[in-house]
Amino acid sequence: MSKQKLVVVGNGMAGARAVEEVLARGGAEMFDIVMFGEEPYGNYNRILLSEILNGIQDADGITMNPLSWYAENGITLHAGHRVEKIDRAAKIVISNGGVRARYDKLMIATGSRAFIPPMQGVRMEDGSLKPGVFGYRTIADCQQIVDYARRSKIAVTIGGGLLGLEAARSMTVLGCESHVVHLAGHLMEMQLDVAAGGILKKTIEGMDIRVHTSKLTTEVLGTDKVEGLRFKDGTELPCDLVLVAAGIRPNSEIGQLSGLTVERAIVVNDHMQSLDDRDIYVVGECAQHRGRLYGLVAPLYEQAKVFAEHVTRTNVNAAYHGSKLATKLKVMGVELASMGITDPTDDNDEVVQFTEPKRGTYKKLIVRDGRLVGGILMGDIGKAPFLMQAFAQDAPLPEERLSLMFDLGTPSAKVTYDEMPAETQVCNCNGVTKAGIAASVVAGASSSKAVMAQTRAGMGCGACKGEVTELVSWLLGGEVEEDPSVHYYVPTIPMRKPELMREVVARGLKSVSSVFRELGNGEVDPSAKPALASLLITVWKGEYEDERDARFINDRVHANIQKDGTFSVIPEMPGGVCTPDELVRIGQVAQKYNVPLVKLTGGQRVDLVGLKKDDLPKIWSDLGFKAGYAWGKSYRTCKSCIGTDFCRFGLGDSMGFAQRIERRYRGIDSPAKLKLATAGCPRNCSEAYVKDVGFVAVGDGKWEIYVGGAAGAHIRKGDLLFTAKDETEAMLIGSRFMQFYRENAKWKERTYTFMERIGLERVRAVVVEDSEGICADLDAAMEASIAATVDPWLEAVAPKTANQFTSVIPAKEDV
Amino acid sequence: MMASTEVLLGFIDQIPVGEGRTFRVADLEIAVFHTAEGAVYATQAFCPHRQGPLADGLLGGTTLMCPLHDRTFDLRSGCGTSHEQLGLATYPTRVSDGEIWLHPVPSPAREAAE
Ligand SMILES: Cc1cc2nc3c(=O)[nH]c(=O)nc-3n(C[C@H](O)[C@H](O)[C@H](O)COP(=O)(O)OP(=O)(O)OC[C@H]3O[C@@H](n4cnc5c(N)ncnc54)[C@H](O)[C@@H]3O)c2cc1C
Ligand code: HEM
Ligand code: SF4
Ligand code: FES
Repeated sequence: MSKQKLVVVGNGMAGARAVEEVLARGGAEMFDIVMFGEEPYGNYNRILLSEILNGIQDADGITMNPLSWYAENGITLHAGHRVEKIDRAAKIVISNGGVRARYDKLMIATGSRAFIPPMQGVRMEDGSLKPGVFGYRTIADCQQIVDYARRSKIAVTIGGGLLGLEAARSMTVLGCESHVVHLAGHLMEMQLDVAAGGILKKTIEGMDIRVHTSKLTTEVLGTDKVEGLRFKDGTELPCDLVLVAAGIRPNSEIGQLSGLTVERAIVVNDHMQSLDDRDIYVVGECAQHRGRLYGLVAPLYEQAKVFAEHVTRTNVNAAYHGSKLATKLKVMGVELASMGITDPTDDNDEVVQFTEPKRGTYKKLIVRDGRLVGGILMGDIGKAPFLMQAFAQDAPLPEERLSLMFDLGTPSAKVTYDEMPAETQVCNCNGVTKAGIAASVVAGASSSKAVMAQTRAGMGCGACKGEVTELVSWLLGGEVEEDPSVHYYVPTIPMRKPELMREVVARGLKSVSSVFRELGNGEVDPSAKPALASLLITVWKGEYEDERDARFINDRVHANIQKDGTFSVIPEMPGGVCTPDELVRIGQVAQKYNVPLVKLTGGQRVDLVGLKKDDLPKIWSDLGFKAGYAWGKSYRTCKSCIGTDFCRFGLGDSMGFAQRIERRYRGIDSPAKLKLATAGCPRNCSEAYVKDVGFVAVGDGKWEIYVGGAAGAHIRKGDLLFTAKDETEAMLIGSRFMQFYRENAKWKERTYTFMERIGLERVRAVVVEDSEGICADLDAAMEASIAATVDPWLEAVAPKTANQFTSVIPAKEDV
Repeated sequence: MMASTEVLLGFIDQIPVGEGRTFRVADLEIAVFHTAEGAVYATQAFCPHRQGPLADGLLGGTTLMCPLHDRTFDLRSGCGTSHEQLGLATYPTRVSDGEIWLHPVPSPAREAAE
C-alpha cells in the first residue's frame, strides 16, 4: 500500500509534539508528512521566551526541533508559510507562498495569538499596532521588544497574569522603569485568591515593579508612537513601551473559512477530530474540547498523544477526556502551585489556611467531602506533588489536615521516593510519571541525561530537572552511570584536573600544543586551549611557554572584546582610589582617542569602551597605568569602602587593605574570575559578603573572611571561612584559599559552585587547619605565581606576535 | 566586480601560527588563518551570527571558534559545526615561496538545506 499524506498546519509546541508522537508509533512508514509553519524556524519552546526577553538565551538556545530534525525524519517543512485556505472537497491546503499540498489526513495546530483588547489609539490607520505596542507570543515579538526597550525609559505591561508578570520582570532587566496595569482587583486572579494575590503584589513591588490593580486601560496616547496610557478613571500614565499580556485568542479563522464548526475555537470530539470532517484533526490551543480551551502545554501534549494513537490506528479507541488543571509555576522567583477553585463555593466546603506574609508564604486548601477541590501554595510548595496528585485523582485525603500542608519531621528522600505512587507526575509540562521514568530506567537508560532525552521529563520549563535527577539516581540505587567525560578538565583528554596537573609535571609539558600532542587523541578542541593555558600557568608560573594562539582574544591583546569587535580598556585602580592627576590623565586619554563611552564599573574603576585594537598600545603608553586585568579569567579587582580613613563607622583599614591586595594578586590567572572586596565594618558598603573572597573588619583588628559569594546572575552569600586576628593573617588565609581554588576548580567554575561542590568543611580543614599538610606548598606556589607576573601592557612597546594589534592588513598587491 | 585573478596578500609570517588576521583586498575584508599544521585558509571576515570578528577567534586544527558567542566552523568547507544553519563563504588560497595568494571570488556561504 502506498503511503498516505499527513499535512500539519502549525509548527508550534502542539503540532511538532503531535508529529513526534506519530513518528514514535511507526508513522514514518504510514505517512508522507508535510508541515506548514508561519514562523520561519523549527519548533521552539515557547515557555522559555522570557529568557530571550532577559537576554539569557538566543533563538537557538530554546529550539526544540532544529531544521535538521525535520530532514532526518523525512518531513517536508514549509517554514515561513501561512496556510490561507483548506479546500476540503479537493483535500488540498494552500499557503500564502503559493505552496499547495494534498492531504489524506490533516491536522490543525495553529495555536493562539496575543489578544489586544479594544483601546482607543492602540492601532495605526493601516491596522498595525502603534509603534511601541507589542504582544508577547513569538521569538519575533521578543526581539522587537528587546530592541525597543533599549530606547525606552518607562515600560507598562497590561495584564497581571503569569505572562504579564514575567514580562514586567524582564522590563526591569532591560533597564526600564516597569509598571503592571491589571484589570482585576488582585494579581493572577485565575490562580490566586485575594489574600495570595496581595502577598504576591508585595513581593513583586519589592522587585521594583509598580503594580496598579483595578485599572481599565481605555486609550493609548501618542500620535505616531506610544507616549502614555489613559485609564477609565481618568488618570494617565506616561510611558514609551506597552506590552500587552491580556490573554490569548485561538487562531481558529482557518476552521471558520473551511466550514468547520467553530465556537470559541475549533470544536473537536474525543478523538480530537473536527465534528464536520473526520479527516481533519485539531490539537492545541486552537481546539475546543467539551466546551473547554487549554492554554498550558501539559493538556496539549495529552491531546497530541490521543491524535497520534488514533491517526496511526495504533489505538482506534484513543480518547481525550479533558484535563484537570493543576499547575506549578515560578513567577519571578516566587514558587507557586495552584489547582481547581480559588475560593469556597459551597457552604460545606472546608478551608484550611496558613499565612506568613513576611516570608511570602501562603497556603490554602479547599476540601469537599474529604477530597481536594482547590488549592493555592505560594512560597513553600514542598507539598505540591502530593496535593496535585490527590487533586487530579480525586483521592480521599488523610484526616490529619496539618500534614497536608507541612512535612512534619521530613522523611529522608529515599523513603519519599519509595512511598511515591507510581502514577505521580514528576514532570508536569511533559506529563511524565514516576512509572514512566522507571520504565525508561528498566529499558536501559542509565543516566538522568538519557532518561530526560527518552522521556522528555525536565525538558519543558525545567523546574523538575533536579527531582528527575534524584529520582533516577534513587531508581538506580545510587549507581547512576555518569557520563565520565563531565569530570574531565577538557573533553578530549580523559583526566580530571588534579590528575592532569600531575601528568603535566611528570612529563614536563609546558605548552598547550605539547599537552595535546602527548595526552590528546589527535583532536584539538579550540575551546579547550584557553583551559589548558590556565592550568599550565598555574603549574609552571614563570616557566610556562606562552603560545598566544592558545589564548582567548582578550588575553592576546589584554583588553576586553565588545559585541562590535572593539575593545575596552580598564586601568588598574587599587581599592577604587586614584590621585587627581591620574584621574585627569584618564580623561585626557579618553578625549584624545575619542572614546565612545566612559563608564564606572561595578568594580570601582573607569572603563574606556569602544576602542580600536590598533589604538590599544598607544592608549596604554599615554595612560601610564598598569593593566586592570578586567578581561581575563584571573584576579580582577578588590573593591573597598571608605573604611577608617574617613568613615565614622570604620573598624578596619578597608581601603589600605584592598590596595595591598590588588598590588599582590594583580595578574594572577585562575579558573574563573576572582572578584574581591574589603569592608571596614559589617555594614558592608563594598558588598564583601557576596564576593569570591570578601574581608570584613569586625573590630580589634580582626577580619572575617567570606568565600564563595556571588551577586551576579547567581546570588549567594559567601561562607564565613575564618576570622583572622589581623590583616597579615587574613591575607595569608585568603591567599591560601585562592591557590587551593586555582589548583582544584574546573575551568570556568566560579567560587560559588566550587564551594558547593567541595564543601565549606573540607575547604576550611585544608586551608585553615592544614589537614592535608599542603599549606606550605599552597603558600609557596602563590608566592611564585606572584613573582612571575609581568604587566602585559608592557607589550605596548614590545609586541609579542606579528600584527598583534593590527585590525586590518592591506593586501600587499591588489591586482 | 572583483577581478577574478589571484591577489598577493603578503608573507605568511604576518599571521602567527595558530591565529588569524584580517586582510583588506580592495573594499573587501577577509579573515585569513594560519593553522598549527601550517595550512592557510580564508573566509568571510565577520561571523554570520552577530558579526563577530572571526580573525580574533580560536583555532583547533581546522575548527574555528568565533570570539563572541562560540559558534564553530570548519575552515575547509565553511560549514557551521555547532550550528549547522550558519556557514561561511570561503576563498581559495595557496602559499608559494612563503607568500599567500588568494582568489578573491568566494565559494558561497554554506547554508542548511531547505
Ligand atoms: C511567554 C509564554 C510563556 C508560557 N509559559 C508557559 C508555562 O510556563 N507552562 C505552560 O504549560 N505553558 C506556557 N505557555 C503556553 C504554551 O506555550 C502554549 O500553550 C503552547 O505553545 C501552545 O501550543 P500550540 O501548538 O497550540 O500553539 P503555538 O505554540 O502557538 O503554535 C502554533 C504555531 O502555528 C503557527 N500558525 C498559526 N496559524 C498558522 C497558519 N494558518 N499556517 C501555518 N502556521 C500557522 C503559529 O505561527 C505558531 O508557530 C506560555 C506561553 C507564552 C507565550
Ligand atoms: C551617611 C551614610 C551614607 C551616605 C551619605 C551614603 C552615600 C552614598 C553615595 C553618595 C553613594 C554613591 C551613589 C552613586 O554611586 O551614585 C553610595 C553608594 C552605596 N552605598 Fe552608601 N551612603 C551611606 C551609608 C551607607 C551604608 C551604611 C551602606 C551599607 C549598609 C551603604 C551602602 C552603599 C552601597 C552598597 C552603595 C553602592 C556601591 C556601588 O556603587 O558599588 N551606604 N552611598
Ligand atoms: S563598611 Fe563600614 S567602615 Fe566601610 S564605609 Fe561602610 S560603614 Fe564605613
Ligand atoms: S557573532 Fe560569532 S558566534 Fe555570535
